[in-house]
Amino acid sequence: MTTTRRVYLDHAATTPMVPEAIATMTEQMARGGNPSSLHTSGREARRVVEESREEIAALVGARPGDVVFLSGGTEADNLAVKGLFWARRDADPRRRRVIAPAVEHHALLDPLVWLATHEGAELDLLPVDRSGRVDPDALRDALARGTDDVALVSCMWANNEVGTVQPVDDVVALASPHGIPVHSDAVQAAGHLGVDFAGRGLDAMTVTAHKLGGPTGVGALVIRRELDATPQLHGGGQERDVRSGTLNTAAIAAFATAARVAERERATLTPRLEALRTRLVDGVRAAVPDVLVNGDPEPGDGHRLPNVAHLTFPGCEGDSLLMLLDARGIECSTGSACSAGVPQASHVLLAMGHDDEAARGSLRLSLGHTSTEADVDAFLAELPAVHERASAAALVGSRGR
Amino acid sequence: MRVLAAMSGGVDSAVAAARAVDAGHDVTGVHLALSRNPQSYRSGARGCCSIEDSNDARRAADVIGIAFYVWDMSAEFHAEVVEDFIAEYDAGRTPNPCLRCNEKIKFAAVLDRALALGFDAVVTGHYARLVEAPSGEVEMHRAGDAAKDQSYVLGVLTQHQLRHSLFPLSDDDKPVVRAEAERRGLSVAAKPDSHDICFVSDGDTSGWLHDKLGSRPGSVVDEAGAVLREHDGAFAFTIGQRRGLHLGTPAPDGKPRFVLDIEPVSGTVTVGPREHLAVDEIVATRPLWCGRAPTGSLECTVQLRAHGDDVPATAHVDGDTVRLTLHEGVDGVAPGQAAVLYDGTRVVGSATITSTVRRGAAVQG
Repeated sequence: MTTTRRVYLDHAATTPMVPEAIATMTEQMARGGNPSSLHTSGREARRVVEESREEIAALVGARPGDVVFLSGGTEADNLAVKGLFWARRDADPRRRRVIAPAVEHHALLDPLVWLATHEGAELDLLPVDRSGRVDPDALRDALARGTDDVALVSCMWANNEVGTVQPVDDVVALASPHGIPVHSDAVQAAGHLGVDFAGRGLDAMTVTAHKLGGPTGVGALVIRRELDATPQLHGGGQERDVRSGTLNTAAIAAFATAARVAERERATLTPRLEALRTRLVDGVRAAVPDVLVNGDPEPGDGHRLPNVAHLTFPGCEGDSLLMLLDARGIECSTGSACSAGVPQASHVLLAMGHDDEAARGSLRLSLGHTSTEADVDAFLAELPAVHERASAAALVGSRGR
Repeated sequence: MRVLAAMSGGVDSAVAAARAVDAGHDVTGVHLALSRNPQSYRSGARGCCSIEDSNDARRAADVIGIAFYVWDMSAEFHAEVVEDFIAEYDAGRTPNPCLRCNEKIKFAAVLDRALALGFDAVVTGHYARLVEAPSGEVEMHRAGDAAKDQSYVLGVLTQHQLRHSLFPLSDDDKPVVRAEAERRGLSVAAKPDSHDICFVSDGDTSGWLHDKLGSRPGSVVDEAGAVLREHDGAFAFTIGQRRGLHLGTPAPDGKPRFVLDIEPVSGTVTVGPREHLAVDEIVATRPLWCGRAPTGSLECTVQLRAHGDDVPATAHVDGDTVRLTLHEGVDGVAPGQAAVLYDGTRVVGSATITSTVRRGAAVQG
C-alpha cells in the first residue's frame, strides 16, 4: 500500500516530540558525561539532570526529591506497585491487599496480578460505571472490609482507552486517613490536565515523557521521599537508592523541556483539541448514526481527556477498521492491548459493561499538538467507505462476527 | 490487484509475498494467529503459530516493504481444524489437518474476509502451478519439484477459491526459493521447513490425543481375533502402521505385522501381514471439484496421502459419492484421508475416504 499522506490520530500511543525537546535532546547528546561522575563533565551532566528534576517537580506539584527518573510508565507503575507492596508488607505482614480499578493499564494490572500469583497479594479490583469511572463507594466498601490489610491503593488519573478521568480526590480522601499509600498513573493526564501531585495528596504518581512531546524511554515515578519502596533494579543506586542505572541525561532534559512546553501551551491547546474532538465526533455520528461514543461525554477536568475519542462501531471489527484506515494513510488504534499483534477484547470496555463484540469493534482516535482540522476531515472523508467495507467483512467468516 | 499475502514466518510465504510485489500487485502481509496461547503451539522453526514466527513474518514484511498485520483466526482454527482433528480420531479416522486448514481457514475464512475488505486475491507460499485454461477456468497443476509439490493439500480448493489465489512459487525448486530469499535479504532464508502438526506442540500426536480423548482401552487382535495386547486408545494407531505396535510375540510366520483396521466403537485394532494391507477399492464422500464437477466414470490418477505416489484409477462419480477402483493395490489407506484426483498434472478434485475394500473385505470408517 503506497500512500504519501499520513494522518496521525494516535497521540495517546505516543505523540510527536515538540521541536524544543528535540533541540534540547540533540544539544545534550552532543555533550556526554555521566551525571554520577565527579569530574567537570560529570558535574555538568548532573546539573542538567537536577535542573530537569526541579523543573518537572515544579510542573507536577512535587518536590525535586520526590522525582525518581526511570525508563517510562511501565517501569514507574511496576516500581510503585511492587515497591510499595513489598515495603508495606515487610513493615507489617498483614498488608497483602492491593486495590485498584479494573480499568487500569496493563502496566499496572499485570504487576498486580503477578504479585497475586507469586507474592501472596490479594487483588481487589474495583468495578467501574458505564463511563469507565470507578465509584468511590466501591472503594469505601473495600476499605470497610478492613484497612490494616491494605498494602496500597492505585487509581489512574485518566483512562488510556476511553479518556475518562477518575475521582482521584475521592480515592485519596478515603484511603489516606488510614495511612494507606495512594498511587496514580497519570501517564495520559500529564500534559492535558493539571496534575498537582501534592495538591491532590498523592503518595506516588507515574508520568512519562513521550505522551507529552518528549522522547520515549524516559519517565518518572513521583514518590514522596518519606515513603519506602523496595527497589526493583539494584546497582549504583543513582536515584535515591530506589532505582539504579546510569541516568539518561539527554532524554531527561528533553522530558523537562517537553513538560514545560506542554504546560505553557495547555491553555490554548485544550480548547483547540476539544473543538477538533467535537468536529470528529459530530462527523462520525453523521456518517455512522449507530456509533457509540464511549467514556464520559462531559468535557473538562474531572470528566474526560480533551484529546481522546473512543468509538464503538456496532457490527464492525476494530482491527478491520484500523487496517482499512491505515491503507488510506490514517493511523489510529483499537485502544486495547495486543498480544503478539493479536487484538484482544478490551478489558476496559468489558469492565464498563460492554459485550465482547463491542469490545472488539472499537477504535480510539486521539489528538495532539500537531493535529489539524484537515486531519479530522481526512478521517471523516474516508470513514463511510471504510465503515461499509468493515461491516461487510464482519458478516463473512464462520464466527458470524 | 490488491492482494493479501498470508505470511507464516517461513521462507516460502515470504518469497511468495515478495514476488507478488514484483509482479506489480498492491500487497498487504497478514500473519494468521491460530492459537490464543501461542506458547502452546509448536515454536520456532517447526511450526507456523508461535510468536517467533509472527515476528519472522513481520520482519520479512518490513524487508519487502509491505504493510503487515496479525489476524486472529484462533477461534475459527480451533473450531474447524483442531476440534475436527480430535473428532475424526475419536471416530477412528485419520484426518489431514493441513487440508482442513486450507479448506476452512486459509482459502475460506481468510479469503472471504480479504474479499470483503476489498482485496482481490490471497497469496500463499504453496508449491503448485495455476494455469488459466482457454475456457477461462483456472486449473491447478502439480509443481515440478515432486518433493515440494503441495497440490495434494490444495486439492480441496474450488474454482472460486482458485480464481482468488496466487501461488507465486509455482513449480520452482526449494533451493531456488531459498537462494532468492537470501538475495532479497530475508532473514528466514535458512529457516528449516515446518513439519508435522502445528498445534501438537511436542510432536507427540498420540500423547496429545490421549490428553484430549482420555483413556479408551481396547485390544490389538490378529485377523483370527486372538488378542495380542491391550492398548490405551485406538487413536494411537494408524492404518498401515508397522512401528511401535509393541506386540511382544512375533507373528507365527515371523513376518512383520501392520495395522489393517481400526474399529472405533470397540477400539479393536486388527493387525496382519503386509499382503492384506493393499486396498483396491475406495469409497469417498464430500467431493470438492477444482472446476466443473465430473459425472460418470473418468480415468485418472489418485494420490491418497501427502507425499504419497499417485496411482492409476477409475473414478465413478455419483453425486456426493466417489468410488475409486485402483488399478494397483495401495497400502495404508485410512478412512478420513483425502483422495485427490489428477488428470495428468492437473488436479481434478478431492474427496474424503469413508471406506476401503481390500481382498474382498470391506473396512468401514
